[in-house]
This record gives sequence, C-alpha cells and structure tokens, in this order.
Amino acid sequence: METAFTPWLSLGGGLMIGASAVLLMATNGRIAGISGLASRIFARDSDSEARGVSAMFVLGLLLAAPLWFLASDGWPQQWVPASPILMAVAGLLVGFGAVFGSGCTSGHGVCGISRGSVRSIVATLVFMATAFLTVLVTRHLI
Amino acid sequence: MKQIFALLSGLIFGLGLIISGMANPAKVLNFLDLFGTWDPSLAFVMGGAILITSPGFFWLTRTRSRPLFATAFRMPQKRDLEPKLIVGAGVFGIGWGLGGFCPGPALTALPIGAAGTLIFVPCMLAGMWAARQFSGRPSLLKAGTE
Repeated sequence: METAFTPWLSLGGGLMIGASAVLLMATNGRIAGISGLASRIFARDSDSEARGVSAMFVLGLLLAAPLWFLASDGWPQQWVPASPILMAVAGLLVGFGAVFGSGCTSGHGVCGISRGSVRSIVATLVFMATAFLTVLVTRHLI
Repeated sequence: MKQIFALLSGLIFGLGLIISGMANPAKVLNFLDLFGTWDPSLAFVMGGAILITSPGFFWLTRTRSRPLFATAFRMPQKRDLEPKLIVGAGVFGIGWGLGGFCPGPALTALPIGAAGTLIFVPCMLAGMWAARQFSGRPSLLKAGTE
C-alpha cells in the first residue's frame, strides 16, 4: 500500500524524538534506546533504579497514542501486516536482534550516530542493509 | 523527579513517532521498498532526531558534569566491533523488514490494538528476554546496551 511522503511532519516528529533523547540524558543520564530500556524492565541484572526509570519511559510511550486519541478525532492512521505468523516471527527477530546487537533504531540509529559511535554506525548500516534486502525479497522476488 | 522526566521523555518520544508517521508500519515498509512504493519520510525522522541529539549530547557532556537527577551520564563504553553486534543488527533488520515495526513504534502502536501489533509485541518481548538469557554476560550487557 502506498503512503504519502510527509517531509515536514516527519522532520517535526524527528525533532521531538531528538528532544526526548536529550531530555532523558539531561535528567536521567540514560540513552533513549527503546530496546535497552524495554528489556531492562525485566533483565536480571537491572537494579531497581534502572527498572523504575525504564518502566516509566515505556509507560510514556504507551500513553502517547491514547493521548492522541483524546486530543484529536481518532487513533493515528496505520496499516499493520495482518499475517499472525509473519508478525510473530518479525517480533521474535526484532526483540532478539535488538538486544543481542546492543540496540535498535533509536539506540544505534539516533543516539549512537549522534555520539559518533563507530559501533552504532556499523550496526545501523547492517540493519538497514538486511531490512532493505528483506523487503526486496518479500515484495519483489517472492 | 527522575521518574517523572522519564515518563515525560517517553511521552514526547511516542508523540514524535506518531506525528512523524513511524507508528504506521506501512510507512516504514515503504521506506525500505526502494524499488516499489518508496516513501523517504523515515530518513527525515532520523535526520530530524540527530539534528537535536547530536548537538544536545555534545553540549550536555561538555558543559555539565552530571545529569540533573542522577550521578553520571551513562554513555556506552564499548568500542569493539564484535560479531555479536553485527549478528544482532542483521537479525534485527530482517525482523524490521518483515513486520515494519521496531521496538519504539511497536510499543507506541500497542494501545491502537491492531491484531498484528498485539501479536508482534509479546513476541518481541520474548525475543528480548531470550537475548538477555542467551548472552549470559550481564556485566558486558550492562555497559553495552545502547
């Protein structure tokens, strides 16, 4: 399905994401990496402080769409792949890969690149490459 | 205070994802579909975020000795390009290309309640849990998870 190119909204939303990452660093000293924060809620080696901060950040994420719903005329527009097996496999790979590879789009792609981290630049290039290839295969080759 | 600001950060992050269109997997999948219905929006999201985060982190770490409500800036210290990093990123990219969701947008989209999201998120959390178990080196993970 086609989606409209939204340069200004996407840039604006991106600026907000950046502001959020700076706010979290300025107040809590933590990287706004969602895979790190989400997995720290239940990781064995997390201390209670890390658990609490991570849980509150994730709670904030979960409240965003309901707040949007209350403030506007409905849920944000979306189309989600419907195949249960595809989404189950995708979820497992995303969760495992992000934590095993020490970060996802936010931790590596935004925060890591902003710090000039070579690890994050390499990780971003790798996951972009495998993601582009995956879509090439699923949409054009099979 | 630190918890309130963590909540606020998460909320701003989620609203940013919604406004930018990234809570919609169709837009992400179209960004990844160079030879089909390409939608370059995602590049503007990453670019916009880096535009703030890059000078923001630089300024914070140069002018402040510590965060407002914590003892230190926890910047990841690892430098080595270990196989784990490459393998993890590669696997993550495949899942991202299949479902159009990465962790932030998936959690943000969860309350909207699409069937695909309701399946994706628990599986993602299971994958995260498995990676934490499989890694089995908590000291490395503690320092290394970006």
